[in-house]
Amino acid sequence: MSKDIESRDVSLRLFEYTAHHLSAKILSKEICATDLVKHFLERIKSVEPHIRAYITINEEDALKKATEIDKKIGNGETTGLLAGIPVAVKDNICTKSLSTTCASKILKNFIPPYDAFVVKRLKEEDAIIIGKTNLDEFAMGSSTENSGYKITRNPWNPEYVPGGSSGGSAAAVAADLSMMALGSDTGGSVRQPAALCGIAGVKPTYGRVSRYGLVAFGSSLDQIGTLTNDVKDAAILLQVIAGYDSRDSTSMQVSVPDYLNGIDSGVNGLRIGIPKEYFAAGLNADVHNALKDALKLYERLGAKVIDMSLPHTEYAVAVYYIVANAEASSNLARYDGVRYGYRAPKSNGIIDMYSRTRSEGFGNEVKRRIMLGNYALSAGYYDAYYLKASKVRNLIKNDFDIAFQQVDCIICPTSPVPGFKIGERAKNPLEMYLSDIYTIPANLAGIPGISVPCGFSKEGLPIGMQILAKHFEEKKLLQIAYAFERETDFHLKKPVLKVSSEQR
Amino acid sequence: MEYEVIVGLETHAELATITKLFCGCSTKFGVEPNTQVCPVCLGMPGVLPVMNKKAFEYALKAAIALNCRIDEFTNFDRKSYYYPDLPKNYQISQNYYNLGVDGYMDISVNGTIRRIRIHNVHLEEEAGKLIHPEEISADYSLVDFNRAGVPLLEIVSYPDMRNVDEVESYMQTLRKILLYAEISDCKMQEGSLRFEASISLRKKGSDKLGNRVEIKNLNSMKSVLKAIEYEAKRQSEVLDRGGTVDRETRLWDEVSEKSARMRSKEEAQDYRYFPEPDLLPVLINEKWLSAIKASIPELPRERKQRFMEVFKLSDYDAGVITEEKVLADFFDECVKILDRPKAICNWIINDLLREVKDKKLDINNLPIKAKQLAVLVEIIEKGTISSTIAKEVFSEMIQTGKGPQTIIEEKKLVQISDEGLIEAVITKVISSNPDAIEDYKKGKKNALTFLVGQVMKETKGKANPKIVNEILAKKVGI
Repeated sequence: MSKDIESRDVSLRLFEYTAHHLSAKILSKEICATDLVKHFLERIKSVEPHIRAYITINEEDALKKATEIDKKIGNGETTGLLAGIPVAVKDNICTKSLSTTCASKILKNFIPPYDAFVVKRLKEEDAIIIGKTNLDEFAMGSSTENSGYKITRNPWNPEYVPGGSSGGSAAAVAADLSMMALGSDTGGSVRQPAALCGIAGVKPTYGRVSRYGLVAFGSSLDQIGTLTNDVKDAAILLQVIAGYDSRDSTSMQVSVPDYLNGIDSGVNGLRIGIPKEYFAAGLNADVHNALKDALKLYERLGAKVIDMSLPHTEYAVAVYYIVANAEASSNLARYDGVRYGYRAPKSNGIIDMYSRTRSEGFGNEVKRRIMLGNYALSAGYYDAYYLKASKVRNLIKNDFDIAFQQVDCIICPTSPVPGFKIGERAKNPLEMYLSDIYTIPANLAGIPGISVPCGFSKEGLPIGMQILAKHFEEKKLLQIAYAFERETDFHLKKPVLKVSSEQR
Repeated sequence: MEYEVIVGLETHAELATITKLFCGCSTKFGVEPNTQVCPVCLGMPGVLPVMNKKAFEYALKAAIALNCRIDEFTNFDRKSYYYPDLPKNYQISQNYYNLGVDGYMDISVNGTIRRIRIHNVHLEEEAGKLIHPEEISADYSLVDFNRAGVPLLEIVSYPDMRNVDEVESYMQTLRKILLYAEISDCKMQEGSLRFEASISLRKKGSDKLGNRVEIKNLNSMKSVLKAIEYEAKRQSEVLDRGGTVDRETRLWDEVSEKSARMRSKEEAQDYRYFPEPDLLPVLINEKWLSAIKASIPELPRERKQRFMEVFKLSDYDAGVITEEKVLADFFDECVKILDRPKAICNWIINDLLREVKDKKLDINNLPIKAKQLAVLVEIIEKGTISSTIAKEVFSEMIQTGKGPQTIIEEKKLVQISDEGLIEAVITKVISSNPDAIEDYKKGKKNALTFLVGQVMKETKGKANPKIVNEILAKKVGI
């Protein structure tokens, strides 16, 4: 049983707008930033207890910043692209003077002395950081159930997970607890929760957005991405965070195009590749049907749908869990209780301190991955696991390189299922790992991807469609996604929030 | 049983860059703990390394100077181990693609040249430093991260050395090369140059190597040599008893001059090396490499050669002058000011080095300036002062730091060459020493020397001895 917890007749209905609507109203002083922020903070007060999207709410600072922006606008000063727009930031992205926990007990009370590159960019463009969102601990998971603090609920149905690991960011945007949000995507952590929460999620090309200040999980796979109500907002947010950063050696000096300009160019003549491996057994029928309908629409809009193959797809999950875990085991070695974060209160010598701190500070999934990663890198196994995985990773990359010689983009489901219930997969890590089967290959290849809503399941859960393109072709991705979005209304549907009968 | 000692050395040298390897923090030595740190070198969550190009180029210079093969592709790897002074609990180092491989260095032992092969040269980051409180009861230690992230060069030799003389020559030669290439200040007392030795024995005539023992905590070249002697003796005793040498790592104790087991082979760390994903591989093209090659300053051997050819210094003199780079630089600077290489070389070797040795001065902080020595030599050659007075002036220069001209003026040490003045003194000396004149006339030649001495005494040593001799000879009627 569940009951409605809200009606959406709040006077201004501000939350139903998108950033590209609202920033004009803020600039024309039709709405002031302070009212907008207050509005979101009030909504957070009433709705957040049922969704649990946030780890930290940045109330005081957000209001202060809003006042500053209103003053700026009042004085006729130039303001940034996101003036007064509330943005939620996944809690594995460092925010100066604002706690950044990675949803891990080991970083409880950790307050970074610096801003991540993307946070600096948000601030430069006058965005309001409204809070830090929940995630699977250190972004390791596909359901946000692995958080060391709380379980986030899917706004469409509180008995379901919001996806993960950027589940907090996705739920916050879907439930109008923030206008937009940043997430991180190592194997699908932006796109999969975007799909499960019925919003747009972009994972940019590896190297498009600086990773400086993103707490590393799988360094060669991690990329910060956007979660927004629609494609235009995605374009605006990506515009702000994309670009070269000298502090990230893997960020690329490729110029950033104007993502909104020409977003409505359509798909006439576009060649869309449909990889057979992504439509094989295990794909939920509702998802399959939604994708078929979407492809029909694209054909009607003038695109050509081409059947094709990405032959090494079946190895992607295995390769991913070797590479990502190996990198994670090393990236997480620094959480040792010596310099910051949690330290076990009682210990007998340094080795004991390390071991107690890490045993008490990390959750089970994190420990599992550290062990798997260390195993794959240990003497005598390196060649058989890490090195071989790296080689197969190249084959997967090659699949895409070859594919993009014949097609302009690839369309496939974002997730094999529309969603799953809280607790349903928690006991079976392998089943959970398969949640990312369609999103992982893009991370391995470093190519950009977007997930946009394309339908609903029988149970009323949103379904996501994934579009993939060549390196640095985010602009094309946004155009293709927008062509679909403006012909459909899936992105306009909003969940009616309910309280689960067995809410924990 | 007679054994051959087989020694290989691992050398760590901190590179003399102004900033750290992966961040902009200063590398200055000896400042307040944890004042030269930032989120990057503290290993805070979310930070990323950015390569210091200068450090990389210094490492390339070393690889070139050590005759290594430099491949086009080089990469960095993470070396994992837990220690409180290692902020990330992994060290960014090189393992799979070192920047220099298969090099060599020629060393000279008792006049013969030996070629020691270099296995590899690679670049890595330095760790911090543990500070243990003085109270024994203390249940904590502190960490100073100022040093964490300083660029560190590792040079791994093949086990090509056979005795301590070769080891000593290897260390000295390597130190000289690093100093001459201007890539490290090589201060062992500050830890910017460190050695680790691996030692094994094999029966004379056999080609089968014994088990290798690594020795750590060697804080001076003397310790290295002592530890090798100790270890060779220890291993030979084990073998003579019919035992086997365990493959292990031992720690040298400078005070007791003994080593003790730190860990056995079984306890050896698995460093779980894998390519550092946060840094891009470095591709070295021919153009870059030639530019680096061209930028390497003259190395010790070429410098010595030049001193012998251009300045006609003897093999011995050129060797002494080039033993320390500061000395060779000092010499070069002097001869640039005054083209009297032989005289300058003599002053450096006989006087300057003696002062440095007697007063235990730091060779890197010479007590006089090149200009001052050049001027001194010039003054002597002009005949302004005698060489006897010059010695006095030199020691005054060392003590006060004043220039030779100032000292000569202040102490009125200018040589007297005025013939009238000298003649007057001679007349006086002759009249007051009639006996000496008699002796001379009787054939006692040294009576003349006595008279010269009297003249010098009267003039406080300032009379030009050449003129004194000439006038005196005339006076006594030779």
